[in-house]
Amino acid sequence: MIELRVNGQSVRVPKGASVAVAVLMAGHTGFRRSVKGEPRGPLCGMGICFECRLTIDGHAHARSCQIEVRDGMLVETE
Amino acid sequence: MKRAGVVVVGAGPAGIAAAVRARACGARVTVIDDNAAPGGQIWRRENKGAAAAWIGRLTGVEQIAQARVVAGDPVKRTLLIEMADDAFEIGYESLIIATGARELFLPFPGWTLPGIMGVGGLQALVKAGLPIVGKRIAVAGSGPLLLAAAAYFRREGAQVVILAEQASTIALLRFAGQLVRQPAKLMQAARLRMALLGVDYRRGCWVKRADLAGRLLRLQFNSGAIHEVDYAAIAYGLCPNTELAAALGCRLADGVVFVDDLQRTSVEGIYCAGEPTGIGGVDAALLEGETAGMVAAGQAPLRRDTGKRRGFDKALKTAFTLRRALRELPDASTIVCRCEDVTLEQLQPMTSFREAKLQTRCGMGPCQGRICGAATEFLFGWSAGSVRPPILPARVGTMCKETPE
Repeated sequence: MIELRVNGQSVRVPKGASVAVAVLMAGHTGFRRSVKGEPRGPLCGMGICFECRLTIDGHAHARSCQIEVRDGMLVETE
Repeated sequence: MKRAGVVVVGAGPAGIAAAVRARACGARVTVIDDNAAPGGQIWRRENKGAAAAWIGRLTGVEQIAQARVVAGDPVKRTLLIEMADDAFEIGYESLIIATGARELFLPFPGWTLPGIMGVGGLQALVKAGLPIVGKRIAVAGSGPLLLAAAAYFRREGAQVVILAEQASTIALLRFAGQLVRQPAKLMQAARLRMALLGVDYRRGCWVKRADLAGRLLRLQFNSGAIHEVDYAAIAYGLCPNTELAAALGCRLADGVVFVDDLQRTSVEGIYCAGEPTGIGGVDAALLEGETAGMVAAGQAPLRRDTGKRRGFDKALKTAFTLRRALRELPDASTIVCRCEDVTLEQLQPMTSFREAKLQTRCGMGPCQGRICGAATEFLFGWSAGSVRPPILPARVGTMCKETPE
């Protein structure tokens, strides 16, 4: 299992899971805020729509569906 | 600059077959893919059968994962690649574009709510580890992927509360009739129907709107049915990813990359295989990939059988033609461009995608029109227009790595 933090909360997910999966398993459905402030989450699941983007280890706008979890990763939703 | 004989973009079935064949012909081959592991969407996390066999044959092929092509120069024969913390240029003698397809999403009131995903979209997340045991899932939209995905969600322990296909029963029966000429596909369809026994499978049925109901999504169907679900998987078929080919100047015809019998595009040294040349499925993608790999490496191809493939493509299009009623789904305030939150009523006075871009920023966000472009084509008949670099959002530092003219 891999342990990471989503908005400060510790989450344990299987090795090889995507960050998007970890965020959903932590109970968050909104990943980012749209231009008008609506909550948004993953749509395409394959790196095309950019709806699942969030901040990973300080890097903003990371596509969480395309990145695998790593121990100690710090993930922040918008 | 990094150099390779044959560069393949995309590590799905077409790209893998191309790389394996080109390597067997003695070429120096590099495969570039956006994902963490080869397989593409259809073979995502597959470790048995044809997927494992093909992926296992990639020995001797350089694989660069989690890398995106952001620009290219077909005259210098270079591509500009961006990775998580790095960027580089790669030179090629031959380029094989095997960028696959994405799903078509159509706007309806509530379609931007979290929890509403693509059909392949939700499947990709489940394959990436999302547990769905006991979850209530609605599968809706159009195309053969709906059945395959619904069966998959069921196997993973979810409760598929409804499977809604917009096409009519008659259209689907005609499609099944055509499959008789392809026994393998017919068997596959029969197995899927068995796996879906007991699921409420509706034809001529689609989601009209979605609202939040506590932690659940409340879906209203055109039939009057209402279902509350954890996830809704909704997509209306596939769109070929033609952006890279278009950006490099390859000619498109009817929305797909034009290729000859040897998978050659209109640009010298550039080949294309699989879904960007027309939606044909995994078998056609493998065959085209093998041909592209061999021709790109300077050899004659093994065999050709495009007639069958083209027939399947046409039968798919006819059976799953999207009905006009789906154009009436979005209301004035429904968002069409999700990146820039542009609504239907903002777009209605516009006459082209270009005008919409300039006046409303529709298609100007990070996805660069990959989602709303296909939606506005369906809603208004607009064509997406030219593709210019960077073809994906890129860092300024990446663009600086490009060798000047």
